Amino acid sequence: MEFGLSEDQKLLQESIGRTLEKVSPLERVRKVAEEHAAYAGDVWQALAGLGVAGMLIAEEHGGMGMGLLDAALASEMLGRHVAPAPFVATAVMAPIALAGAGSTAQQAAWLPKLASGEAIAGVAVSERAAGAREGAGVAVSGGKLTGTALFALDAAGADIFIVADKTGGLHLVKGDAKGLTRIALTSIDLTRPLGELRFDNVEAEPLNAGDAGAALKRMVDAGRVMLAADTLGAGWAMIEKAVAYAGERKQFGRVIGSFQAVKHMCAEMAAELEPCRSLVWYAAHAFDTMPDEASLMAAHAKALTSETGRFVARTATEVHGGMGFTDLVGLHYWFKRIGLNRQMLGSPERVRHEAAVLQGWAAD
Amino acid sequence: MDLAYGPEYEAFRAEVRAFIAKHGAKAPRRFGVSRPSEETQNWQRLLIEHGLTARTIPKEYGGYGAEPDILKSRIIAEEFTAAGLPMGIANQGISMLVPTLLELGTEEQKKKWIAPTLRGEVVWCQGYSEPGSGSDLASLQTKAVEDGDDFIINGQKIWTSTAHAADMIFCLVRTEPEAKKHEGISYLIFSMQTPGIEVRPLKTMTGHAEFNEVFFTDVRVPKKDIVAGRGQGWFVANATLKHERGMLGDPNQAGTRLKEITDLMHKETMDGTRLIDHPVYRDRLVALQARVFAMQFHGLRLLTAAAKSEDPGIARLIVKLQGCELNHQLAALAIDALGEIGVLYEDSPHLRAQGAWQHRYMFDLGLIIGGGTAQIQKNIISERGLGMPREPKPAKA
Repeated sequence: MEFGLSEDQKLLQESIGRTLEKVSPLERVRKVAEEHAAYAGDVWQALAGLGVAGMLIAEEHGGMGMGLLDAALASEMLGRHVAPAPFVATAVMAPIALAGAGSTAQQAAWLPKLASGEAIAGVAVSERAAGAREGAGVAVSGGKLTGTALFALDAAGADIFIVADKTGGLHLVKGDAKGLTRIALTSIDLTRPLGELRFDNVEAEPLNAGDAGAALKRMVDAGRVMLAADTLGAGWAMIEKAVAYAGERKQFGRVIGSFQAVKHMCAEMAAELEPCRSLVWYAAHAFDTMPDEASLMAAHAKALTSETGRFVARTATEVHGGMGFTDLVGLHYWFKRIGLNRQMLGSPERVRHEAAVLQGWAAD
Repeated sequence: MDLAYGPEYEAFRAEVRAFIAKHGAKAPRRFGVSRPSEETQNWQRLLIEHGLTARTIPKEYGGYGAEPDILKSRIIAEEFTAAGLPMGIANQGISMLVPTLLELGTEEQKKKWIAPTLRGEVVWCQGYSEPGSGSDLASLQTKAVEDGDDFIINGQKIWTSTAHAADMIFCLVRTEPEAKKHEGISYLIFSMQTPGIEVRPLKTMTGHAEFNEVFFTDVRVPKKDIVAGRGQGWFVANATLKHERGMLGDPNQAGTRLKEITDLMHKETMDGTRLIDHPVYRDRLVALQARVFAMQFHGLRLLTAAAKSEDPGIARLIVKLQGCELNHQLAALAIDALGEIGVLYEDSPHLRAQGAWQHRYMFDLGLIIGGGTAQIQKNIISERGLGMPREPKPAKA
């Protein structure tokens, strides 16, 4: 019985962290955000160089063949450094969809390119994972797609999209397909652009070589664990920044970190967030080894980490006082990252309902 | 990450199950809250004999004498919990005094006290807190003044659970009034039958006397009954408190409570609808379930760290705070879901679970405050876990 990380996993996480520290400092993040750029190509290339793009892709397709816990450790580092790079769709959800429901030809065409980071895949499954908002939904007719998919992940600069239709069927759509209009959505989080996809009779390849319903469920479970891990990393970064700031800022002749009112805010953040790490690890491990528990644990990890992340984001900002509220210290990049993670792929309320359904406590 | 125990441990699990199948019927129906009954003592002896409690305590002191193996301890706990059987006695003597004597006692003290304590024959209480010394325990004022071969003790202790039923007390007293507050304390062990000791039950908000006040008037205790020497009491007490905090905030208790509430919400109805079908209560249940899972997996993480002798850092420091709070929130949900029934108490008609939920909701507040208040825990987390500065001492007027 061993509930913890292997030496290899610790080393992997450290090397991703070190690389991001170097290539993606706050000034770099700020530049991408202010330019409303799709993502930072150099940051993405550096991550791809470490194998992050192909972590979950089988070795036969040029990937690393790793597990979801490894991917969660990477995601935690991306959140920690508010990395302006694609990840959750291109490196996690799309490879899972292609591996689970793609044909041999589709896998051979795209997995090696995704693994190397040469191609990027966006994922548009919001209507199935978080619920369809008014006007959203994609219909299939004669194998072609018509309608609107909102909140596509890793959408900017994507070469292909994995799209879920209204019935839960999965489709592979080329980024330059005729009749596809790509619209950038501006969210609070400028480190990870969201997209809207409008389909007007667009050519699509169905992903139906395997069980598409199961593949959709798997990719959403994995995506939820990734967003939880991202919030875990971003939240701990905020706690550390709050502790550091409280150790320097002086009022009433002493550092504010020596006031119990401030210390207790920091202690509460740490005490609430640290158990989320154990839950995220378990959910990631369950995804790979305990399929019966995977969806429930992914839902719990997403909901609890989102709720805790919101508490940490506001509390860490308050510890910084007026400075936390400014653009100057850039704390808001983490605040907004956590804010986006909460809403994507199912809000806490929605995934808790799913958790109840999974246990037979509520009707679907 | 590997959640399987492996063949060696599964073989051990089979042994535990075999014991349960053979002897389970001998388990006491009800563990005495304060003094172990004869039935409980027999059960305890059987468990020690088979290495199922007092497992790592050396044979010469009445234990089983196995090498420490935290996974085997966990397997025992898992199997006994699954079978609904009581584990060994877990009173303050066994949980706190025994490890303290093993670490710091003289050979004579170990030989004399550990075995009968383990067997449940000698019951102990803990004399730490005083009316004026709670969170600031080191300010304690109970005095022990030297008189020949004895100390003469005067003062008062409070929050002393089982004092009314205890044979013995392990007690912090001030022996060096001139020394700095942390350096003037000694740790004494003595009989509760010693003349000059008065025990008064302390009734709490639950309506029960779960604690006592203990008054010492010229209580004469031999000097040799000190543990680890004069002025060492604070050091000894910290060694003991470490053992106490490990007991508080146990995530398995939260798991049991969650299951009880889930069952309750499937049975109880309101306007003819089961509580589990009420979306608001159900949402609260699922939200708490996530927290229970998180703390259980957190426990596995700490277990792994302990088995590898690694320091889990801040992960360990949060357990008492989070675990006690979670238990309290679980009790609160049960009360809320029960609505008006939730306020019934004692032997009222329509009472559910013998009033356990209200009792737990109130008693848990005692656990949140006791063993280091939530606020003291937050000081510990921020200072030792996050490296934040201590509150400066006020300037002397």
